[in-house]
Amino acid sequence: MSTATGRSETPAIAWSEDADVPEGRYLLDRAGLLGPLMLLPAIIYIIGLVGIPLVLAVLYSFSNATVGDQSINWVGLENFRTVVQNATFRMALKNTILFAFVSQIIVIILANILALVLSAEFRGKRLVRFLVMLPWTTPIALAVLGWFWMLDNVASPIDALMRMLHIIGPDTIFDPKARAPILDIPFGDRNVRWLSKPDLARLAVLTVHVWRTLPLATVILLAGMTAIPQDVKDAAEIDGASYWRQLIYVRLPLLAPIMAVAVLYGIVFTFTDFTVVYVLTRGGPVDSTQVLATWAYFKGIQGSSLAQGAAIALFLLPILVAAAIVMLRLARRSETA
Amino acid sequence: MATIEVRGLTKQFGDGPPAVDHIDLASEDGEFLVLLGPSGCGKTTLLRMIGGLETPTEGDVLIGGRVVTHLPPRARKIAMVFQSYALYPHMSVYDNIAFPLKAQRLPKEEQRKKVAWAASILGIEQFLNRKPRQLSGGQRQRVALARALVREPNVFLLDEPLSNLDAQRRASARDELQQFQRSIGTTTIYVTHDQVEAMGMGDRIAVIDRGRIRQIGTPKEIYDDPADTFVATFLGTPPMNLVERDGLIFGFRPEHFTPANGSHSDDVVRFQFVVHREEYLGSERLLYGEIGSAKAVARFPATTDVELRIGQPVEYVVARRHLKFFNPRTGERTRD
Ligand SMILES: Nc1ncnc2c1ncn2[C@@H]1O[C@H](COP(=O)(O)OP(=O)(O)OP(=O)(O)O)[C@@H](O)[C@H]1O
Ligand SMILES: [Mg+2]
Repeated sequence: MSTATGRSETPAIAWSEDADVPEGRYLLDRAGLLGPLMLLPAIIYIIGLVGIPLVLAVLYSFSNATVGDQSINWVGLENFRTVVQNATFRMALKNTILFAFVSQIIVIILANILALVLSAEFRGKRLVRFLVMLPWTTPIALAVLGWFWMLDNVASPIDALMRMLHIIGPDTIFDPKARAPILDIPFGDRNVRWLSKPDLARLAVLTVHVWRTLPLATVILLAGMTAIPQDVKDAAEIDGASYWRQLIYVRLPLLAPIMAVAVLYGIVFTFTDFTVVYVLTRGGPVDSTQVLATWAYFKGIQGSSLAQGAAIALFLLPILVAAAIVMLRLARRSETA
Repeated sequence: MATIEVRGLTKQFGDGPPAVDHIDLASEDGEFLVLLGPSGCGKTTLLRMIGGLETPTEGDVLIGGRVVTHLPPRARKIAMVFQSYALYPHMSVYDNIAFPLKAQRLPKEEQRKKVAWAASILGIEQFLNRKPRQLSGGQRQRVALARALVREPNVFLLDEPLSNLDAQRRASARDELQQFQRSIGTTTIYVTHDQVEAMGMGDRIAVIDRGRIRQIGTPKEIYDDPADTFVATFLGTPPMNLVERDGLIFGFRPEHFTPANGSHSDDVVRFQFVVHREEYLGSERLLYGEIGSAKAVARFPATTDVELRIGQPVEYVVARRHLKFFNPRTGERTRD
């Protein structure tokens, strides 16, 4: 009985009050309300997971906090002084910059070539595209473990291959008696032992960074290339420009802003990366592949000097802020263009 | 200068009917040839094959009597203006115009002279330092033309270059473009789906439908002597009236369709015309109605007085010499 009347009344109420309902009903249509509402989760996320840790890190870096005692006693620049005087820190800083920039220089060259190849029509293109994307989709720790095995002192398949091709082993250019001319490393008739020698270990880290960030850069460039209007490419062709002229004067300049985005992403990824070095070398041999992220961890968490760890990590900040500013600039320019 | 000829040119994209279907076409030297047809009929595809941007499935392209079918675009000495203008967005207007010259490795000084010459012809000297995005549609079009012009090409290919302009600008651009072509005398192929452009600018018009040429001729020939019902109805606003009678389709232009006014001449064919609606267009009046079940339109200068009886059959006539006859099955003209 009551449900029956309720049901028959509902539409009547809705219709009769329709005239003055809009207030509440269209509340979400108002940009002034909807905007902040939709931004809220992002703001909560940023404050909770980025802002608070950042503030804490800054506070810790000026204190003498340890893992055991996290109370904050102000010690001024003491931590920074200690940290900077440490040779390993300087190595880590050098490595971090080296890995990020060198890997991205290589990546942007390879990504351009790959994107050019992948934007052409050929058989099996989808398969090749899939293979190129693979490194990006593999979980990083798993992928680095794979590399760890590939570069293993005993089981390395790369060494096995090199042995087969007579690059290492007795009576080759890397014969121990000959002493290797490159990198000052005596390859024996034994394995190369990639991760046991500073230069080779750095090369290994660099390779993994390139391998890992190449797919994203390639995909970004591919998207950028398809965004160049066909008519503009055709016009260059009609205007009599050779392939290289078209590439250098038309395609690459039009791609430059997108390339900058790809490089910045790559730099941010490699600059802050912890996993590759941690899994592959633990910063070794003898701290020669240490980067800021791993060194901060070893000092701050394992060495239990939270304050020094925070101070080390803060050295990442200037470069990241610079990268963020450039990215925002590029975004704004593409908006107004 | 050079002539353009295509022989049996065909382009097939995937399955389905070909976009361009065995087209034969030959321009005269210095001619302004218009390709006219509805959207999707294959005009752009034909033009792109002539330019070398699309490989024909079959057939040949000849420029200046030489087969160029397998030559890349840059070997054909053609200039093309795209519907989108296709200016290089990162280059200044100067660099845009100079680009074809740079590709030819012309000395810098000569480049400067030629750019200045092209810019002055098109009246864009004051924009040379701007980027394309700082120009209006009409200015961009002129830059695109200047870029095509500097190379002194054998042939101009223009793909709906005026379609991005508003109606007023289009009229003046049409005029400028035609004068420009006449003055340089380069063979030009001009693609459009706008019959006013085609009629106004073309030395000859090729009417294309579904990848085939339906008729080619001067604007007057195409308008007065359409080869089939497609051409008859594609040109003219409103188009030719088509009325089936005695196993034939009778075709006549709305301006030739007049009230009988009691005349008993033998030189006319009579129709019972029922007017449904009148349209007053300032300079002229259009009467829309039916002859039997076929739709028909009559057109009068606004200055003539016509008695208007909506819904009543009225006797109208068409002079015999203005009548065209079409085969009802094929739509083609039959001998009158
Ligand atoms: N690259 C392509 N791949 C597949 N089909 C195409 C391609 N280019 C054109 N077509 C098809 O070929 C036909 C002719 O296209 P075209 O662009 O030549 O038409 P158009 O006459 O220039 O039309 P519009 O006036 O709209 O520009 C269309 O049906 C179109 O869908
Ligand atoms: Mg087109």
